[in-house]
Amino acid sequence: MSVFIIRRLMQSGAVLVVMSLIVFFGVYAIGDPIEIFISPEADQIERERAKVALGLDRPVWAQYFAFVEAALGGDLGRSFVFNIPSMTLILQRMPATLELALSALALGIVVGLPLGMYAGYRPNSIGAKAIMAGSILGFSLPTFWVGLMLIMIFAVDLGWLPSTGRGETATWFGMTSSVFTVDGLRHLAMPALNLALFKISLIIRLARAGMRENMLMDYVRFARAKGLPMRRVVMVHVFKNIMIPVVTVVGLELGSTIAFAVVTESIFAWPGMGKLIIDSIQRLDRPVIVAYLCIIVLMFVIINLVVDILYSVLDPRVRLSEARN
Amino acid sequence: MAEPTLVVEDLRTWFHTRAGIVKAVDGVSFSVAPGRIMGLVGESGSGKSVTGFSIMGLIDPPGRVVSGRILFGGRDLATLADDEMRHIRGRRVAMIFQDPMMTLNPVLRIDTQMIEAVQAHERVGREEARRRARDALGQVGIPSPEERLSAYPHQFSGGMRQRVAIAIALLNRVELIIADEPTTALDVTIQGQILFEMQRLARETGTALVWITHDLSVVASLADEVCVMYAGRIVERGGVDDVLDRPAHPYTAGLIGSVPSRNQRGRPLQQIPGVMPSLLALPTGCSFRPRCAYADGACTEDPPLHDFAGGRQARCAHPLSGATP
Ligand SMILES: Nc1ncnc2c1ncn2[C@@H]1O[C@H](COP(=O)(O)OP(=O)(O)O)[C@@H](O)[C@H]1O
Ligand SMILES: [Mg+2]
Repeated sequence: MSVFIIRRLMQSGAVLVVMSLIVFFGVYAIGDPIEIFISPEADQIERERAKVALGLDRPVWAQYFAFVEAALGGDLGRSFVFNIPSMTLILQRMPATLELALSALALGIVVGLPLGMYAGYRPNSIGAKAIMAGSILGFSLPTFWVGLMLIMIFAVDLGWLPSTGRGETATWFGMTSSVFTVDGLRHLAMPALNLALFKISLIIRLARAGMRENMLMDYVRFARAKGLPMRRVVMVHVFKNIMIPVVTVVGLELGSTIAFAVVTESIFAWPGMGKLIIDSIQRLDRPVIVAYLCIIVLMFVIINLVVDILYSVLDPRVRLSEARN
Repeated sequence: MAEPTLVVEDLRTWFHTRAGIVKAVDGVSFSVAPGRIMGLVGESGSGKSVTGFSIMGLIDPPGRVVSGRILFGGRDLATLADDEMRHIRGRRVAMIFQDPMMTLNPVLRIDTQMIEAVQAHERVGREEARRRARDALGQVGIPSPEERLSAYPHQFSGGMRQRVAIAIALLNRVELIIADEPTTALDVTIQGQILFEMQRLARETGTALVWITHDLSVVASLADEVCVMYAGRIVERGGVDDVLDRPAHPYTAGLIGSVPSRNQRGRPLQQIPGVMPSLLALPTGCSFRPRCAYADGACTEDPPLHDFAGGRQARCAHPLSGATP
């Protein structure tokens, strides 16, 4: 197990190095941040002074090594725009994004799992065909279009839900979140659904495939031969087996959900990391971009580790072979 | 002789597939008395498992029991509703499957899988059910049953898993056990132990056993009566010594000739030429006709059922001379 973790950490380190190189030189190639955020009226001397202050006067490789040196000490640099540590900036926005991503995943499980299991249990029913058709839509409709449609229908036409912002938050056991207030939930509903649509479709497919595959297994027939009610065969025997791939995939999806919350956050003006990164890219705020990507990589690493551990909790066969090693 | 536990009369189980109707079981009749062991032998694909599943009420679409009677405990199981059948499965009739690696649910502990089998039929507490599970494991010769109860299936060898499956069949004092090639996947010494224990069980508890196998030597050492199945039909049945010593049907004779131990050393094994025809394209009349050395024009008609001494029957136009009527 520990060998496995060490190998994982080394791989992640390599990813971090490559990623920071690409971003650093990529941003450098795109343009000069100074041009973007300094006022057009500023004269040459002011420009030079700003450049020196931000370290942008030095050659790019020197800037990179300075960055690496500071990063090893835990300092990922200050935002050019806000002049506060980019890490602080991102951590401020992180709860909003996590809240959105987790809500979307929860929605995906709560809606997708029962629908998918039903579609797999009665694959020829009309209900199952409708569910599968719906999941194809969920896969193929672009997120931004669905988001705009949701706003059109529920905010503009019906006026039921607010279209932008995070709403009121409340603190509960040290966690500050909008799911604790009605206003917060009303704000969360549409973005979460928008982000969840793809997950719901994905989980429907996974659960359906798992259901169909498992129902044909000998252990199901044996469970029925014991005289168990069908309810128990499906809800205990088959369910536990379906949960193995579902939890694995959902866990791995958490990372990409956070990373791709960008689109949804932009549409619904959700004050999360995604919106911050889009703004930062437009302003070529390199420290924020690099710090954001570092955090995302780190998050993927942690999520993958947790998923591996969860997987072994769910599947006793994995547990044993780990113990043997 | 006591009233038979199970009487199967003219059972027909057909699969309505796209390629046509597969008559997997087509007019099978036999009976088993309490404490007796009935061997059901035949090549693979001859319809033995389908016969067993038909008795258990576990035939799923596209298959269906299209006609015949399955008389058990004064009722016809073929006419029972799903829910009534569920109370008989595992409570009064149990089944053991061929592949012990596949019959237990890999993600549930042994105690869970045993306790639920008790509680599906009786209102007993967890502790009481667990105690019965432990006793059943002890009964089938599993060492330290208390500890093994909290293990997962993969922690058992194949032979031990099959013992667990047998223990599950013993949990509720069933009147009939259908054993579908339970020792085929096991090595010979373990097979011998299990056969011996099952024989003792039938004698001591009066449980009737239907023992499905393709292995004549198993039948010879275990069964009281034998039914020989070919392409969905029973071609010969009778007392095990009568049938094995003086077969009446050429197919039975062919099966006996191909068992190594029955041949003299140094002489080549006799094999039945050809393979069993597809159930979708059976020849008219006797299905064994294309492979039979005795076949002639008379065999294109449905073969007559001949009665022999000792209640023996064979379905053949040219029964072998050894078996005198
Ligand atoms: N679900 C099914 N659909 C179509 N045909 C089936 C199905 N199950 C069994 N059969 C057919 O029934 C025949 C008998 O199968 P089986 O009873 O399993 O044979 P065996 O004697 O080896 O146990 C086989 O030829 C198989 O093709
Ligand atoms: Mg079989």
